[in-house]
Amino acid sequence: MKNKYFFILIFCFFFKPLVSHSFVEIDITRGNLDPLPVSVSPFFSDNITNEKIKTNLNIDNLGLEISKVIENNLRKTGLFNTLDKESFLQKPDIAHLKPRFEDWKLINSQVLITGKVTSKIINDKDYIRIEFKLWDVLGAKMVDGFSLTTVPTNWRRVGHKISDKVYERLTGESGYFDTRIIYVAEEGPKTQRIKKLAIMDQDGFNTKYLTLGNELVLTPRFNPTNQMVTYLSYFRNMPRVYLLNIETGKQEVVGDFPGMTFAPRFSPDGKKIIMSLAKDGNSEIWVRNLETNIQEKLTDHPSIDTSPSYSPDGKYIAFNSDRSGYQQIYVMKSDGTKVKRISFGKGIYGTPVWSPRGDLIAFTKLHKGKFFIGVMRTDGTGERLLTENFYQEAPSWSPNGRIIIFYRETKTDDKGQGFSAKLWSIDLTGYNERLVKTETDASDPSWSSLLGN
Amino acid sequence: MNLSKILKNAFLVVMFGLIITACATKKSVKTTPTESSTAKVEETQKADPIEKLDALMQGDVYIGSDTVGELASGVPDRVFFATNETILTTASRETLRKQAAWLRQNSDVTVVVEGHADERGTREYNLALGERRANAAKDYLMTYGVSSDRIKVLSYGKERPVDSGSNPLSWSKNRRSVTVKAN
Repeated sequence: MKNKYFFILIFCFFFKPLVSHSFVEIDITRGNLDPLPVSVSPFFSDNITNEKIKTNLNIDNLGLEISKVIENNLRKTGLFNTLDKESFLQKPDIAHLKPRFEDWKLINSQVLITGKVTSKIINDKDYIRIEFKLWDVLGAKMVDGFSLTTVPTNWRRVGHKISDKVYERLTGESGYFDTRIIYVAEEGPKTQRIKKLAIMDQDGFNTKYLTLGNELVLTPRFNPTNQMVTYLSYFRNMPRVYLLNIETGKQEVVGDFPGMTFAPRFSPDGKKIIMSLAKDGNSEIWVRNLETNIQEKLTDHPSIDTSPSYSPDGKYIAFNSDRSGYQQIYVMKSDGTKVKRISFGKGIYGTPVWSPRGDLIAFTKLHKGKFFIGVMRTDGTGERLLTENFYQEAPSWSPNGRIIIFYRETKTDDKGQGFSAKLWSIDLTGYNERLVKTETDASDPSWSSLLGN
Repeated sequence: MNLSKILKNAFLVVMFGLIITACATKKSVKTTPTESSTAKVEETQKADPIEKLDALMQGDVYIGSDTVGELASGVPDRVFFATNETILTTASRETLRKQAAWLRQNSDVTVVVEGHADERGTREYNLALGERRANAAKDYLMTYGVSSDRIKVLSYGKERPVDSGSNPLSWSKNRRSVTVKAN
């Protein structure tokens, strides 16, 4: 499991967080119209470090780049207003040592983030040590911080880990920045799309393509406990659910089924895959235990039963079925008993995805020719539509359950031109809708859990 | 003093009553339209194309010849479906009988029936729908004497449209099952 993505050395908290009641806090349960002003000072680095990093990474000012990673993460939450670096009065090294809080108050900053990058050599290998501090400007004190040492190529992840710490400290919720998104990269005309599995950091950097595009691939989903992925591949024109280890590149068919398997998702403990099997014109939901290799049919109905998703405690499964005549959302116990329809609003409902917090189910809804992404409670009450468009579907939750990522396709013109597919994200509040930048067109996003050390 | 107290209480009772009725009305408003919801969806989806396109569509099933290829000379390769439907129309059955007749005459030929859906549905549901459509065609071919081991089905869902338009006519061409020679 250990490879270059993982931090080779300790992740050590050497600053003891001071619990302070006066410290600024953000309520993220509603749309934030008054974002908190934050200054992210460029991280300081000395000349020797700069030269080393220039040779290693070809980056002129790594400290500045790390501060930009953090700034970008925080700004995109919609909860923070990151202040222009031009307005900073204090130099990075001095600010990191002991900020002159009056200077930061002057530009209305309530929070200050400072840091320092130092190059190190351990066993003849280059490392970087990055130190960060979080300051409460009004309270005039340091409230958090840590340092860690890692290989130089890991620098963006350090920026994400710092962002997670800041987010956690200021909102009281766990972060989602040191995560990745797996998706389907798309190219070519609409009638002959080339699709590849792709993975990128949550902020759109470090894109890697995991398949070559020789066969159609769809619906990749992360294992919540590790870096395994399950997806649908048309390898040899046999659409089947596959398991892919993204560290080793090893892939294998899941189970031995007498027909198309599709719509896979992991159980919360990562030990099972739930999916649909289509055979003789009927799709049913099956589960396969990856440890015992026992597979079991969970639904038994002549209608289409698909898009299953486990509750985070593993006790229930939400899925969509057209047994009422149209696609609607149902919940059953994970052994297939006690099937109950939960969607009763106007329109067609599909792709239920259980929130990692367990209290909500995200879904796609089609009503009057428009597609919506929405959420409802697990008993179907409290339906809330977050966004409406010509075509959008496939919601996936951020690991903290605050953001939903999905894909959206455009309507083509009279000549069938102008098609595109893009990833978008929206806060659970219904605010802060954003295009998630990808190198190519993209669909079927799945958000990883927080990466380990 | 007493009067004002009574008035106060009366006011509270009235307010309470109002709140209750308000709640009750809200509830009844919410539940009534729910009943007819699915029917309405059906209506809006099927009503649209009929007006302009009756020459190319019957209901919302494509009846034109654009995109239609041949399995063999004089034998069309595909049949079309209504939105969310897997029922074979009269024209579809005729096409499939022609396919079956040709397949009976050419007993060494095996085929793949590819099932497709339009872009107006979620990806996974459409994979299932495509499989259902392909099987509807396969079952009909079998009824007319083609043995099941000569027919494979393959669902593409909405992944392989023939027409890239975003309009009812394009969608009707994409809701199809296509019989393709496999050898």
